[in-house]
Amino acid sequence: MLEKVLSGGKKYWAWIGFLLALIGAGSLAFLYQLHFGLGVTGLSRDVSWGFYIAQFTFLVGVAASAVMVVLPYYLHHYQLFGKITILGEFLAVGACTMCLLFVVVDMGQPFRAFNVILYPTPHSVMFWDLIVLNGYLILNLVIGFTTLDAESKGIAPPRWVKPLIYLSIPWAVSIHTVTAFLYAGLPGRHMWLSAIMAARFLASAFASGPSLLVLMLLILKRATRFDAGAEPLQKLATIITYAMILNLFFVGLELFTAYYSQIPGHMASFEYLFFGLEGHGKLVPWMWTSMALAALGILLLLNPAIRRHENLLALACAAIFSATWIDKGLGLVVGGFIPSPMEKVTEYAPTAPELIISLGVYGIGFFIVTVLYKIAVGVREDLAA
Amino acid sequence: MKFNKREFLELCGLSALGVSALPLLKLRAGQVQPNPKAMVGKRWAMVINPGACTDNCRECRVACDQIHNIPHLPDPKHEVKWIWTENFENAFPGQEYQYLEASLKERAIPVLCNHCDNPPCVRVCPTQATFKNKDGIVLMDYHRCIGCRYCVAACPYGSRSFNWQDPRPFIKEINKEYPTRTRGVVEKCTFCVERLAKGQIPACVEACTGKALVFGDLEDPQSEVRQLLSAHYAIRRKSELGTGPQVYYLV
Repeated sequence: MLEKVLSGGKKYWAWIGFLLALIGAGSLAFLYQLHFGLGVTGLSRDVSWGFYIAQFTFLVGVAASAVMVVLPYYLHHYQLFGKITILGEFLAVGACTMCLLFVVVDMGQPFRAFNVILYPTPHSVMFWDLIVLNGYLILNLVIGFTTLDAESKGIAPPRWVKPLIYLSIPWAVSIHTVTAFLYAGLPGRHMWLSAIMAARFLASAFASGPSLLVLMLLILKRATRFDAGAEPLQKLATIITYAMILNLFFVGLELFTAYYSQIPGHMASFEYLFFGLEGHGKLVPWMWTSMALAALGILLLLNPAIRRHENLLALACAAIFSATWIDKGLGLVVGGFIPSPMEKVTEYAPTAPELIISLGVYGIGFFIVTVLYKIAVGVREDLAA
Repeated sequence: MKFNKREFLELCGLSALGVSALPLLKLRAGQVQPNPKAMVGKRWAMVINPGACTDNCRECRVACDQIHNIPHLPDPKHEVKWIWTENFENAFPGQEYQYLEASLKERAIPVLCNHCDNPPCVRVCPTQATFKNKDGIVLMDYHRCIGCRYCVAACPYGSRSFNWQDPRPFIKEINKEYPTRTRGVVEKCTFCVERLAKGQIPACVEACTGKALVFGDLEDPQSEVRQLLSAHYAIRRKSELGTGPQVYYLV
């Protein structure tokens, strides 16, 4: 199956070349960061996690969302997802890899990363997060390849893969729950110290991940002979609509508790994100853009006539994906650090090396997804021929 | 790989020799005894009397910075600090009020690691690079720290510093008695554990000109810290979080 990666048209090789260029630039920037230290980023004493950890958090959601195609197909035998389940699983593989890489580039001493395994520490949520993320990566890689291999040979998948598939369903929930627990158990960080954090993470994940999947399927339809069909896309759109509305509802719950209780600590971070605090408001335009995009996406998706229109469906999914990316990939992590424990406002913005390294990581993730999709689509094209 | 009988016996003999040499090693390890002058305590703590703090005096910080090779970085975002001063409203957020007495309002409050009884930084560290000692002191292993900064996020006091770049060029004069740190690791106040081991009190306490910092063992009823706490009302920073901070402030 792997040989499919080596044959492709001009556009395919141009895309691969573009990704390799991103990876190269990111690697060089990472060498610079290794040499100087994390001081090359915009991070500080007060905002000690930023773009890297926020991307990690967001992408855990994208990875977890594979369950939204796996569960209907394998538990409810929703056959229309049969063609796209593998793509959901391979997307999870790429997303998990990016998550792990974003954690590594955020480390001050990445060469010591294996200390986490050398000194296993069950009372640290980060220890569990690394276990569940690696586990989910392996599960999806094994399940995806095994089922695809069986499909290419025209035989049923081996029986041992079924329990793994069932295991991968709660495992998907676990990766985003544990990631939420990284934040939700810290005393003194009021915005994160919220029981609804894990639920909110899952809701936004089940909106952002399937949105990305819809966009990928539409690209595949144009770029290859692989057509998922209209119905699965509509089903995904329904899932996205419900999940995004739930996500906004959960955000509303947070805002109610903060603003009705009027407890200053609970309001401060939201105040910073949406209105600005003590004259600082770098993220204010971003947060309102996120809100506007979320509203636009939901309005488009709620109307069946609109969402059946392919271009408008793409627009809606792009809007929802961007809205959740701003919310989690920018606001959630940075906002939690502002104000500081000393109630001071130190703002944060990523620097050029930080962004280039991040693009490099995204390059690796998309490279993996491209290669895996190439194999999956190639196998399907052979079967159709 | 194939062993013949001779090689096998040789290997057994060598192993036996190695095992029989073990007691020698143990004997050597046993020779490292604690310094008889070491200060021994069951629960080290600090009592701070901000009222006794001399205006604009920064002797505690100067002494700490010098002894612990703390760099002076130009960018305040990258600052490393173990003990420093804050305004009352920043040290005790939520405790300030409009008519707070002027002496407190304008007073610089020394802040440092609280050496919590229930330290969140220790709970979250994925490698046990930060840990609580038997005597209550929260310590750091700079060689094990992976620089993930989870402890920085978990500390509700802002007491932890990360080395955003190589600190060594920014150390005025290197004290060879204490290690310097490398980039990419976290550090913080250690209650001068290395000085306690030699029978010396923490450097900041020794340097304090106004006797505003008092250090001692809370489990010793005769200690000065216990005497102070039984005679005066003290507050602690964010004690409502359940961290059990062990730095007490007399107000």
